[in-house]
Amino acid sequence: MSERTITLDVTRYRPHQEAVPTVQSYAIPFPDDWVVLDALNHIKDQVDGSLSYRWSCRMGVCGSCGMMVNGEPKLSCAVFLRDYFPRAIRVEPLSNFPVIRDLVIDMSGFLDKLKSVKPWIIREQEKPLSEGEYLQSPRELDAYQHFSQCINCMLCYAACPVFGLDSGFVGPAAIALGYRYNLDSRDHGTAERREVLGDHEGIWQCTFVGECSVVCPKHVDPAAAIQRVKVDTAKDWILSLVMPWGQR
Amino acid sequence: MMATRPDPAGLYHPAMPATWWLRKRSYFLFMLRELSSVFIAGFLVVLLLQIAQISSGEDARAAFSAMLRSPGWILFHGVALAFAVYHSVTWFYTTSIVMPLRVRGRELPRWLFTALNIGAWAGVSLVILILYLALPASA
Repeated sequence: MSERTITLDVTRYRPHQEAVPTVQSYAIPFPDDWVVLDALNHIKDQVDGSLSYRWSCRMGVCGSCGMMVNGEPKLSCAVFLRDYFPRAIRVEPLSNFPVIRDLVIDMSGFLDKLKSVKPWIIREQEKPLSEGEYLQSPRELDAYQHFSQCINCMLCYAACPVFGLDSGFVGPAAIALGYRYNLDSRDHGTAERREVLGDHEGIWQCTFVGECSVVCPKHVDPAAAIQRVKVDTAKDWILSLVMPWGQR
Repeated sequence: MMATRPDPAGLYHPAMPATWWLRKRSYFLFMLRELSSVFIAGFLVVLLLQIAQISSGEDARAAFSAMLRSPGWILFHGVALAFAVYHSVTWFYTTSIVMPLRVRGRELPRWLFTALNIGAWAGVSLVILILYLALPASA
């Protein structure tokens, strides 16, 4: 198959060497089945070994290769060069995050937020192993399953202007994952998570722009999760007022 | 276990431009939805003032009504109506996301839930319009 050539305008940032990022253009010959990540790997291997970016699985599972492609947050392993040809492609680090180098963003703040919502099953009391597993019906599984598809790619954070304006916002993915465990029939941690999810930097900071759900490559729909946590939290608050003895 | 932190001195912090809402159509439409609240609030203030005029006597009420017939106020109400419709339609759509209807465990399509809401809204509006038209002109 004949190869075509496409231009990638890649953001470069070398800490301690330059104060602001610059753009470097690469003309890359590509076969029809190449994605943006293939082009970056080609640059790294054949053209400029100093280019830095994250990637791992190359199949939309690990969530490592999120970048801005022509201004849109995308998994670079899932966008074909042919869909942009013959125009140049602008490749930038994910928006709204500090940049460590080139296309590598600092994700430590996100990891802190993820941990803060306790995305694991919390039991009031564990039962001994001898009593077997915690059983769950298909309907109980269905209640949370699609919120559990998040791969922590952070595209939703790059699309969220609220996070861009206030980096303290817990954010779409972390809230959706917290909600996923709230919905799990085996979990008893809703009240513990409410401290973070119900905080003013949690669900109430969201103004429902909705772009997080649009860009999510796994169709997790974090915008819906956030709004439903708002409803649940408001209901719990009202119940705590009218039935203070019934609080969990 | 503590996550490894990059050297903060070497980080580049991109700034969000004030024109961020012009970057994408969806951001712009979101800002329009937020702006719609200003016009709806303005309409409600005018409505409250109009109601207050009732207790100020017939002359005051007539003068206020005459003022509202000026081109500027008609334009304001036209714009407020357009924003109210836009806000309502987007509100019904967002309601379908926040409180999805489930039938036999399956979520109804959002467009259907939105259409049902808009249909109910149009029905109630029609009833109010019929009642208004049925009122005697002197009331």
